[in-house]
Amino acid sequence: MEPSLHNSNPKGDATSIDGCSGELKNQVFVCLAVIANTLGNFLLSMGMHAIQVKPSASPLEYLRIFANLWIDAGVILLIVWFASQLSLLSWADLSYVLPITAASYVLTAALGKIFLHEFISLARWSGICVISAGVMLVVGTSPRAKLSPRETLL
Amino acid sequence: MSAWFLLIVSVLSGTAGDLLNAKSMRDHGEIHDFRPGAVARVIAWLARDFSMLAGILAQAVSFFSFAALLGVADLSFAVPATALGNVAKTLFAKIFLREHVCWRRWAGALLVSFGVLLVSL
Repeated sequence: MEPSLHNSNPKGDATSIDGCSGELKNQVFVCLAVIANTLGNFLLSMGMHAIQVKPSASPLEYLRIFANLWIDAGVILLIVWFASQLSLLSWADLSYVLPITAASYVLTAALGKIFLHEFISLARWSGICVISAGVMLVVGTSPRAKLSPRETLL
Repeated sequence: MSAWFLLIVSVLSGTAGDLLNAKSMRDHGEIHDFRPGAVARVIAWLARDFSMLAGILAQAVSFFSFAALLGVADLSFAVPATALGNVAKTLFAKIFLREHVCWRRWAGALLVSFGVLLVSL
């Protein structure tokens, strides 16, 4: 397999996501990725706090954490998040997908405060608001931006 | 292992994983059909793709270091802090994947990272 990261696929065109059905598909997968990521991280955190595993260099120590049901449920949701993110990447740029799915940070902080009773300082809330502003900026861009003719030749 | 060490390992391996996965999915092309048979064909294609396999390995390293991070740090710190990789991922997406990154995407990535700084205070 060619190890280069350059795109060589003619199917990865810029217009494939155009149209109402493409836009709806894009929105559905963004929502799925955000919700699955938020709930997955939340359940994983609950499980990790419950079993009190200390960081270790041994992989066996980490395999033991799968005996916890919260962690198993969290992992399943993170697999859903991974699959939906891969689907998004089949028609959208990485530089679009990553910031737009950052909306999960806000939901995660809210869940941490409400259900795990974590303390969230004013600075942290400010940071979460700035992250949200970054997400809103990227929302308006096209999922797969077209290269200029000059850039295409490079 | 300290929280910062786990955070750095998680961010670096996550960045490599995202780039490799994005490359693999772009090579595959847009997924239109989500029926079980079509999804199985996509999975079979991805299972033979070097970029996807290397990307999943990098993501696994990122996942375990992140899980360990959650054991020693608050969720509301750990999750936003991993956004540190956003600017690096955007830069590498432009260089290696040749994506057209407009000013709004740069601003979005920078705002997300600035938000991370505030969260870490």
